[in-house]
Amino acid sequence: MAFVPLWFILIAVLWTGFFVLEGFDMGVGMLHGAIGRDDAGRRTVMHTIGPLWDGNEVWLVVAAAAMFAAFPGWYATLFSGAYLLVVLLLCALILRGVSFEYRDKRPSRRWRQNWSRLLVVASLLAPLVIGIILGDLLHGLPIGANHEYAGSFWNLLQPYSILVGVALVSLCVLHGATFIALKTTGAIRVRAGRLARRVAPVTALLVLAFVGWTHVTAGGGAFLNPVELLAALAILAAWALVRSHEGWAFVATTVTIAVCIITIFVDLYPRVMVSSTNPAYSLTVRNSASAPYSLKVMSVIALVLLPIVLAYQAWTYYVFRRRIGGQPPRPAPAPLSRPAVSATAALAASRPAQPAAGPHRLWQLWRPRRGGGSSRR
Amino acid sequence: MRADLARWQFAFTSVNHFLFVPVTIGLAVLTALLQTAWHRNGKPEYLRLTRFFGVLLVINVAIGVVTGLVQEFEFGMNWSAYSRLVGNIFGAPLAMEGLAAFFLESTFLGLWLFGWNKLSRRVHLATIWLVALGSVLSAAFIMAANSWMQHPVGYVTDPKTHLPVLNDIWALFTNPVFVWSYAKVVLASLVTGAAVMLAVSAWQLRRGGDRDVFGKSARLALVVLVPAILFAMLVGDELGVIEGRYQPMKIAAAEAQWTTCQPCSFSLIQIGGGNNDHTPTQILAIPHLLSLLATNHWNGKVIGMSPLQAQYAAKYGAGNYVPDVFIQYWGMRVMAYLAVIVVLVGLWGLWLSRRKKLATSRKFLWLATWMVILPFLINTAGWLLTESGRQPWIVQGIMLTKNGISPSVSTTYLVISLTAFVLLYGILGTVDLLLMLRYSRKELAPVPAEAAAGEPVPAMDY
Repeated sequence: MAFVPLWFILIAVLWTGFFVLEGFDMGVGMLHGAIGRDDAGRRTVMHTIGPLWDGNEVWLVVAAAAMFAAFPGWYATLFSGAYLLVVLLLCALILRGVSFEYRDKRPSRRWRQNWSRLLVVASLLAPLVIGIILGDLLHGLPIGANHEYAGSFWNLLQPYSILVGVALVSLCVLHGATFIALKTTGAIRVRAGRLARRVAPVTALLVLAFVGWTHVTAGGGAFLNPVELLAALAILAAWALVRSHEGWAFVATTVTIAVCIITIFVDLYPRVMVSSTNPAYSLTVRNSASAPYSLKVMSVIALVLLPIVLAYQAWTYYVFRRRIGGQPPRPAPAPLSRPAVSATAALAASRPAQPAAGPHRLWQLWRPRRGGGSSRR
Repeated sequence: MRADLARWQFAFTSVNHFLFVPVTIGLAVLTALLQTAWHRNGKPEYLRLTRFFGVLLVINVAIGVVTGLVQEFEFGMNWSAYSRLVGNIFGAPLAMEGLAAFFLESTFLGLWLFGWNKLSRRVHLATIWLVALGSVLSAAFIMAANSWMQHPVGYVTDPKTHLPVLNDIWALFTNPVFVWSYAKVVLASLVTGAAVMLAVSAWQLRRGGDRDVFGKSARLALVVLVPAILFAMLVGDELGVIEGRYQPMKIAAAEAQWTTCQPCSFSLIQIGGGNNDHTPTQILAIPHLLSLLATNHWNGKVIGMSPLQAQYAAKYGAGNYVPDVFIQYWGMRVMAYLAVIVVLVGLWGLWLSRRKKLATSRKFLWLATWMVILPFLINTAGWLLTESGRQPWIVQGIMLTKNGISPSVSTTYLVISLTAFVLLYGILGTVDLLLMLRYSRKELAPVPAEAAAGEPVPAMDY
C-alpha cells in the first residue's frame, strides 16, 4: 500500500507549509512592538501579514485534520497525551487570532497596548508549544502497549523537546524579521534588517544544536543524513546572507525552517510517535493508519485540491507583493491614511490601505525588469 | 464523571462556536449580495452597506475560526477512543473541509478585505462570493460528519477487528440525514445573518440613520429572512420524519411520548415531564398533529420510549437508552415557537415594506431590533435537540458516549481545560459582543471616493 507513506509525506508537507508560512506570521507577531515602535509603525508591521495570516493558519487546521483522517491512532494518542500543551496551544492561537482583529477596533492606548502584549506572548507560545510537541514525537514519550499515553505533564517537557521549541521560536523571529525587511520601506525596514542581523548568530547556534541533538536522538551514526546537513547549511547561509541580501536571506530562512521540520519527520519515519517505555510500543505509520479505502479517497481529494490551494495562495502573495510604506509621507496625516492593520480596520477605514513602494526585491529575483505598479492600476 | 465533563466541554464549546458560524455564513452571503447589487447598479449606498456589514462579518469570522480550532482538537484531546474507532470515517470529511472550504474562505477573505484597490471590480466581487462559498461548503463537510454520527452509513464492520471501516464515501453525502440537516443549517444561517442585518438596520433607522441606505439593507434582510425561515421550518419538519425513521428514540423523547400511539396528538404545552415523570399534565394538545409531523401521515404511528427502551435493551444489552426528555421536549418547542414569532415579524416587515412604511414604523423597528436574539436561541435549541437526542450514543448504534472518552485524560485535566475555555470564551464573547454593538451603532462611513479626495492615489480604481 503506497497510500500510507504518501499520507505520512502529505502530513509532513502540511506541517512544513504551516511553519514556513505561519512562521513569519509568528515572527511578525513577536516583533511588531520591537520593530514597529510607535502605533503607526506597529500597524505597518502588522499590515505586512494582514491579508495573509488567516490563510496561513489553515495549514495547521488541515495538518491536524489530515492526521485525524489518515492516522487516527496518531491523532488520538498525541492530542490526548500532550493534553495540557494542546490546551495552552489553543489558548495561544485563540488570543493571537483575536488580537489581530481586535487591536485596532478602539482608539484607546491601553486597549491597543494590551492586545499588543497578548499578541507577542501568544505568538511566542504557539511555536514553542508546537516545537515541544514535535520534539516529543521523536524523543519518545511513555506510551503503553495499548498505545495510550501513560506519562504526566512533566514527561512532555524534556530537554530535547524544549530545545526544539526554543529553536523554532528563534527561527520564527529571524524568519519574521527578514520578512518584515522585505515587505517594508524606510525606518522599519532598517530596524528589521538590524534585528535580523542581531538574532541570526543566536538562531544559527540553536539550529545547529537542534540538528546535532536530533541526529543523536534519532540514533544516526557518524554522519549527518542529507536533510540534517541541509538544515545546517541553510542556517549558515541565512546567517551570511542576512548582512547583505534581503531577498536571499528570506529564501534561506524559508529553506531552514522547512528543512528543520522535514528533518523531524524524516528521522521519525516509519514511526510517528516513539514510545520511551518500549520501542515495540511505538506508534508507526502502519499500526496507526486508517483503512486503505479512506486513504485512497483522501489521496485523490488531496492531490486534486492541494495544487489548487497552492495556486490561489500563491496568487494572494502576488497580489500583495508590494512593500508597505513606513511612516506616512506628510506630517499630521488623517488617521485614515495610515495603513490599516487588521482586516476589519481595512474595511472600516473609508479609504483602504495604500502601498507606498514598488514590489519588493524577492519578487524582482524572478521578474527583474518589471517596473513598480500592478497591472490593475 | 469524566464523560460528563467531556460532554459539558463539548456542549459548551460547540454551542458557542455555533453562535458565530451562522452569522458568518449568513452575513457572507448577504454582503456578497450587497456588493453584487453595487456592481450591477453602481449606486454608492450599496457600496457603503457592503463595507459596513463587511466589518461585522469580519469581527465574527475571527472568533468563529478560533473557536472552530478548539472543536477540531477536542476530538483527539477528550474523545481519543472515539477518534481511534471512527477516524477513518469521521476524519475524512474533516480533512476535506480544511482542504476544500477553510483554505478558500480564509484566503479569499484576506483578498477581499485588503484587495479593494488592488483587484478589478469583477475579480474583487468574485472574492466575496468565494468567501461565501467556502463558508457554505465548510458547513457541508462538518454536517456530513455529524450526520454520520446520527445515522452511520457507508461503512462495513471489519470481520477481524470488529471496527467500522469506510467503504463508500458518497454514502456520507447522500445520507438523508445529511441532505436535510445540511439544508436546515444553511437556511438557519441565512435566517441568523438576515436577522442580524435587519436588527442593525432597524437600530440605525430608529436613531435617524440614512433611510435610503438602511431602508435598503432592511428590505434585503427581510426578503432573505422570510423565505429562509419558512423553508427552514418545512425542512425541519421533513428532518423530523427522517430522524424518526433512524433515531425513533430522539423523536419520541422530543414529544415526551412514553407509550406507542396511533394516531398521536401533539402536545403544545405540558407541566411536569422529564425522565421520571411519564404522565405530565397536558395543557393543550392538537389531535393528529404529531402523527403528521413525525410520519407525514394523518394516522401515523409513533413508537413510545418505553417499548423502544425494551427493544434497545434486547438488542444492545442492558442500559438506559432514553435521552434527557426535558431537553428534548423543550428544545423542540423553543425552536418551533420562536420560529413562528420570527415568521410573523418577518411577514409584518414585508407588508410594511410593500406599503413603504418600513423605515418609519417605530414599533416594527423596535421589535426587529430585539428579534435578533431569537435565531441564536433557535439554533442553540436545535443543536441541543439533535445532539442530546442522540444520547447515550456517540455514534448511533455503534459506540456509547461513555466509551468514547480519552482513557489517559484525568478529571483534573478536564477541569483545567473546561475552566480555561469557559474563562476565555466568556471574555472574548463579551469583547466580541461589545465590538459588534459598537460597530453596528457606528455612523455609516461616507462614500469612499469622497474621503479619498485630495489623496495622491485614488482609493479605488473604478
